Amino acid sequence: MKSFSPPLKISTPRAAPRLLWPLVALALIFAVDGIISPHFFAIRIVEGRLFGNLVDIVYRATPIAIVALGMAIVIGTKGIDLSVGAIIAIVGATLDWRIHMGDPHLLALAIALAAGVACGLWNGLLVAVLDIQPIIATLILMVSGRGVGLMINLIYGGSDPSFESPLLQGLSTGHIGLIPTRILVGIGLWIALWALVRRTALGLFLEAVGANPKAAELAGVEARAIKWAAYVISGFMAAAAGVILTADTHTSDPVSIGLYSELDAILAVVIGGGSLNGGRIYLLGAVLGAVVIQALTTSILTSGLPPEYNLVVKAGVVLVVLLLQSARTRAAVARLATGRKR
Amino acid sequence: MKLTSLFSAAIGAAVLMSATSALAVTIGFSQVGDEGDWRPAFSRDMQAEAKKEGIDLKFADAQGKEEAQLTAVRSFIAQKVDAIIIAPVVVTGWDQVLREAKRANIPVFLADRDVDVTDKSLYVTRISADFNLEGKLAGAWLAQASKGNCNIVELQGTTGAAPAIERKKGFEAIISNFPNMKIIKTQSGDFTTDGGKKVMEAFIKSTDNLKGVCASFAHNDNMQLGAIQAMKEAGLKPGKDVLMVSVDYVPAMKTELAKGEANASVELRSAIGKYIYPVVLNYLKDKKPLPKWVVIPSDLHTAATPGN
Repeated sequence: MKSFSPPLKISTPRAAPRLLWPLVALALIFAVDGIISPHFFAIRIVEGRLFGNLVDIVYRATPIAIVALGMAIVIGTKGIDLSVGAIIAIVGATLDWRIHMGDPHLLALAIALAAGVACGLWNGLLVAVLDIQPIIATLILMVSGRGVGLMINLIYGGSDPSFESPLLQGLSTGHIGLIPTRILVGIGLWIALWALVRRTALGLFLEAVGANPKAAELAGVEARAIKWAAYVISGFMAAAAGVILTADTHTSDPVSIGLYSELDAILAVVIGGGSLNGGRIYLLGAVLGAVVIQALTTSILTSGLPPEYNLVVKAGVVLVVLLLQSARTRAAVARLATGRKR
Repeated sequence: MKLTSLFSAAIGAAVLMSATSALAVTIGFSQVGDEGDWRPAFSRDMQAEAKKEGIDLKFADAQGKEEAQLTAVRSFIAQKVDAIIIAPVVVTGWDQVLREAKRANIPVFLADRDVDVTDKSLYVTRISADFNLEGKLAGAWLAQASKGNCNIVELQGTTGAAPAIERKKGFEAIISNFPNMKIIKTQSGDFTTDGGKKVMEAFIKSTDNLKGVCASFAHNDNMQLGAIQAMKEAGLKPGKDVLMVSVDYVPAMKTELAKGEANASVELRSAIGKYIYPVVLNYLKDKKPLPKWVVIPSDLHTAATPGN
């Protein structure tokens, strides 16, 4: 590996400005919340755990943040994984099915996570080995995955797929001390992934493959295996989110669970400063992006805005955040503000 | 998906037959598809009831595609069935094919959903449940249970969907008669458990643990099931602290009603063959014109032990 040198810029020299804009967006959303409802930031202890809008935001952002972490890896290799929502549906259906079959819940959990890894292996096979463009390759599972989930539900009849599981609901909606367990699970996965990407050579290889696959290959990186690994990681992360979401609602609903989560995850990566051109992996940015999206959603729900406006407001705010990130827009605004001409 | 749709299309194209007897009434039934829990149950019931009535039912599943449905209806016409029942995929685009049926002297009945045609004589009648009535039943139950004093939080269905619009209208029509009944919070939970749970969590925060809230009205059971979980996680007692009323009466809701964590659910029947076939068979006998809408009655189910 001595011969290998990083193909691009040195790691994160301008981390601060990259994270600045999502933080500004978050501050703006909170400022509006503070004006609309004065109790928005109140945090109390209810049923032995922290309780309040701010806790809800982190709590609800956790599954999307987990998916976004996997997405950040895939996007880092200049790929994309549109199938994460469908993987969530398959994993949820698998989990529910195994529980209805009477498996010990720990085993059901393992099988469900394995289902997610299998989905990742499939995506990786299409992208890395068969060389199908990522958007098309993962589209296949995206459109078929929810149907697979419905078929898994049918194995045990599926007319009443609700289930109770102290273990799984403990992971999803339980709490350790005052902190909701899922937040701890999310942080654990984040640290594990960070260590994998930044404390081993894998991160370097992933970014090298994303920046310039040919150069990476010439430098001795197994581009095929690296890409494959990225989709497996994404599948596993989606599976973890799928377990949390399924245990949360106590039921498997493949048609609606995690609907559009692939879009939220991509958006989170982009808000967090990631570029679809690949070559860089920003894990912290992806997490922050997920929090921004959820802060917006929670704010809309508590604001009393008529539901007809939900999506329009969300689209508007997202547009502003992305404009904030665009250097060109900022330059234009700065020119207007100072009144200077080109 | 690809494989399943191919498979189902093959079944649909073959047009399944049940009983075959030369004298039996032959009815063609074009179904929307097999989405959700409700529609497959509806299809199974239509086939089972046809067997009971001695009807030769030709069943075609359109897999949610309008063109597949038009093909099915045209094949029914070519086979000279005695009557056609359509559960339409979409409301528009029906004039032409319905005129073809009329020219062939085959009466057409609509089940479940409506169509938009300029000439209403193109179909005999529509036989379906009344979403508006479901909302009214829920509102009437709540008015009685709360004696006309109630601050309500509402979980709306998917914005713009017919059941959401009509259930809301029906519910509001009833509670508007009671000056002390009002909806203080309303949001869309998209008809899903997940959506209902998230919206209720937000309501709990913005109303200081549902202080002063007497009831939760959900446009379907799934959202209400999510709301029940959200309330329990916040240390509230759904069904006791807050009255829970919703629509559908799915199996999981039956369990909640039995536990007393929900109070009432209006049933959206899937076993409606026994309402549809008599209307069709009577019309074939006497050809008496029918009103353009035959309403399937709705039932309200309540908890074993009423709340409060």
